[in-house]
Amino acid sequence: MSQTAQSKTVADERVKEMSAMRRALIRPELGGIVGTIAVFTFFLLFALDSGMFNSQGILNWSTVSAQFMIIAVGACLLMIAGEFDLSVGSMIGFSGMMIAILSVTFGWPVWSAIIVTFVVCIAIGALNGYIVIRTGLPSFIVTLAFLFILRGFTIYLPQTIERKTIIGGVRDVAEGDWLAAIFGGKILGGLFTWMGNNGMIATFSRGTREGQPVVDGIPMLIVWAIVLVIFGHFLLTKTRFGNWIFAAGGDAEAARNSGVPVNRVKILMFMFTAFCAVVFATCQVMEFGSAGADRGLLKEFEAIIAVVIGGALLTGGYGSVLGAALGALIFGVVQQGLFFAGVESSLFRVFLGIILLFAVVLNTYIRRLITGER
Amino acid sequence: MNTRSTHAPIIRMVEIQKHFGSVIALAGVSVDVYPGECHCLLGDNGAGKSTFIKTMSGVHKPTSGEIFFEDQPMHFEDPRDAIAAGIATVHQHLAMIPLMSVSRNFFMGNEPLKKVGPLKLFDHDYANRVTMEEMRKMGINLRGPDQAVGTLSGGERQTVAIARAVHFGAKVLILDEPTSALGVRQTANVLATIDKVRKQDIAVVFITHNVRHAMAVGDRFTVLNRGKTLGTAQRGQITPEELQDLMAGGQELVKLEGSLGGTV
Repeated sequence: MSQTAQSKTVADERVKEMSAMRRALIRPELGGIVGTIAVFTFFLLFALDSGMFNSQGILNWSTVSAQFMIIAVGACLLMIAGEFDLSVGSMIGFSGMMIAILSVTFGWPVWSAIIVTFVVCIAIGALNGYIVIRTGLPSFIVTLAFLFILRGFTIYLPQTIERKTIIGGVRDVAEGDWLAAIFGGKILGGLFTWMGNNGMIATFSRGTREGQPVVDGIPMLIVWAIVLVIFGHFLLTKTRFGNWIFAAGGDAEAARNSGVPVNRVKILMFMFTAFCAVVFATCQVMEFGSAGADRGLLKEFEAIIAVVIGGALLTGGYGSVLGAALGALIFGVVQQGLFFAGVESSLFRVFLGIILLFAVVLNTYIRRLITGER
Repeated sequence: MNTRSTHAPIIRMVEIQKHFGSVIALAGVSVDVYPGECHCLLGDNGAGKSTFIKTMSGVHKPTSGEIFFEDQPMHFEDPRDAIAAGIATVHQHLAMIPLMSVSRNFFMGNEPLKKVGPLKLFDHDYANRVTMEEMRKMGINLRGPDQAVGTLSGGERQTVAIARAVHFGAKVLILDEPTSALGVRQTANVLATIDKVRKQDIAVVFITHNVRHAMAVGDRFTVLNRGKTLGTAQRGQITPEELQDLMAGGQELVKLEGSLGGTV
C-alpha cells in the first residue's frame, strides 16, 4: 500500500509538469480530431483531381458519413452507459422491411407505417435493455440473440407474404407523404439552384434537367445526422441525465449507491439506439424506394468501430458523441475516398481493422493516464 | 467532550438484535451517538460490525430492539429513508467513479440544475465552484474540478466521499473501514478529515479494526465481540492494549503477543 502512496506522489509531480499536454491527451475526441485531419490531408494530396471535392463528391462522402453518424450516436451513448447493442444492423433491416410491408403490401399510409415501426422497434430496444438488466447477462450475448432473431424475421416475413426478399415501390406510395418527406426529402434546394446558376457548383449540361444543379439539395439523412449528433452531445455533456449515463457506465454499483437510476438510464439508452437504427432505416428505404432483407448487415460493428475511433472506452463510462461523429466521418471519407482514388475497395476493410486496433490501443493508454492504473 | 451533557444523542440504538435464520449476528447491542463526537466501533472480523451499521443505515431491519433518531423512534424501510433522514454511509469501495471528474462525482445523483429557457441543464459552473470550495476546506488542492477521480489517491477519494456526504446534509456519517486499505500518510489525511467533520457537529461512526487509528481520533469506543458489546469506553479511560484485548476476546492475544514480543 505504501508503494502506491509513493508512486502516487511521484506521478503527481510529473503531472504538473506536463499538465497541458496531458489535458489535451485525455480529451476523448483527440483521436478523432487527429484522424480526421490525417484523412483529409491524405485525400487532398492524392485524390484532389478525382472529383472527390466537387459538389457531387462532397455529397457522396457526406451521405455515407451521415449514415455512420446516425447509428454511431446511439451506439456511443449506449457504450458510455456501459452496454453494447449488436442488433443494430438487424434492426435496420427489420424496421426497413416493416415500413415496406406495412405501406406497400398492406397499403397503410406511409406516415402510419413509419410511426408504428418506430414504436415497435423502440419497444424491442426496451426489451433488449430489460432482459440485460433483469438477467445481469452481458449485453453482448442478449443483443447477439436479437441480431439473429430480427434478421430471421426480416427474411421470413417478406418471403411468406410476398415470396421475395426485396420489397420495392415505397417511393410511389410515399409520394406527398408528410412524414416520409422528413426522412427522404431534401432541404435548401433554392440555395443549390442559386449556386448552380452562379456557376459555383456543377450543373447538368444536357438532358431534361439541363441547367439544374447536379446536387439539388441536402438530403434529410444528413440533417438527421447533424441533429442527432448535436442532441447526443448536448444530452451527454450539459444535462443531469448525461451525468447519469457516465455514472451508469463508469461503475453501476457506485452510481446506485448515490441514487442514480441506473436501470432506467440503461434501458432508455437501448431504446435510443433502436431509435437511431430506425431513423437510418427509414432514410434508406425512402432514398432507395425499397427494403431488402440484407440491409444493415454488419452495421452494428461499423457503429462500434466509429465510436471507438471517437475515443469511447469499450468498458463504458468514458467517451464523446463528437468523437464518435468524427469517427463516422473518417469512415465515410475513407470508404468513398478509396473509391475516388481508384484503390481496390476491399482494402477498406484492411484499413478498418488497422485503425480499430490503433484506436483501442490508444484508448487503453489514455484510460491509464486518467485513472492512474498501471 | 464535556459538551455532551448539553446535547441529546442524535441516534440511540437500544438492545438491537439481528438474527439471520439460526445465526444470531447481534445479540442485544446498545450504542448512543452524539453530535460532534467520533464514535469508534471496533471489532474483529465477524464480530457484527457490518450488521450493526447496516441496521443503522437502513439496510437491515433489526429483529428486535429500537432505533431512536433525534429522539423519535425510526423505522427505516430502505437505505434511502436513512439517507433522507441524514444518515450517510461512506463505503470503503464503490463510492467514486474513477473515470469521472471530481465535480461530476461530487454531484452524482444530486446534480444541480439551472434553467435555460424551457430546458433544465446541469449547472456545471455551480458544481465546479462548490467542489473546489469543499475540497479546499478538506485540505485537498485540486488542479481543477475536471480532474478525474482516478488521479486521486485512495485517501483523497475517501475524503471526497466524506465531503460529499457532509455537503448534502449528513447528520450522522458512518464510515465503513475507511482506512483499512490505505497507506500511512493517506490514513493520516482521512483521520484529519474525520476530525474536521466532527468539529462541524456531525456525529461520526468510525468502523475499524485498527486500534491505533481509533485511538487517534475517537472520543468514545465501543467494542463488539461475537454480536455483543463489551461496553463503551471514554477516551482516556482505556489504553490501546486493553482495546486490543477486548477485540480479540482477551486471553489468546495476550499469549500470542508475548511470543511475538509485543509487535501486534
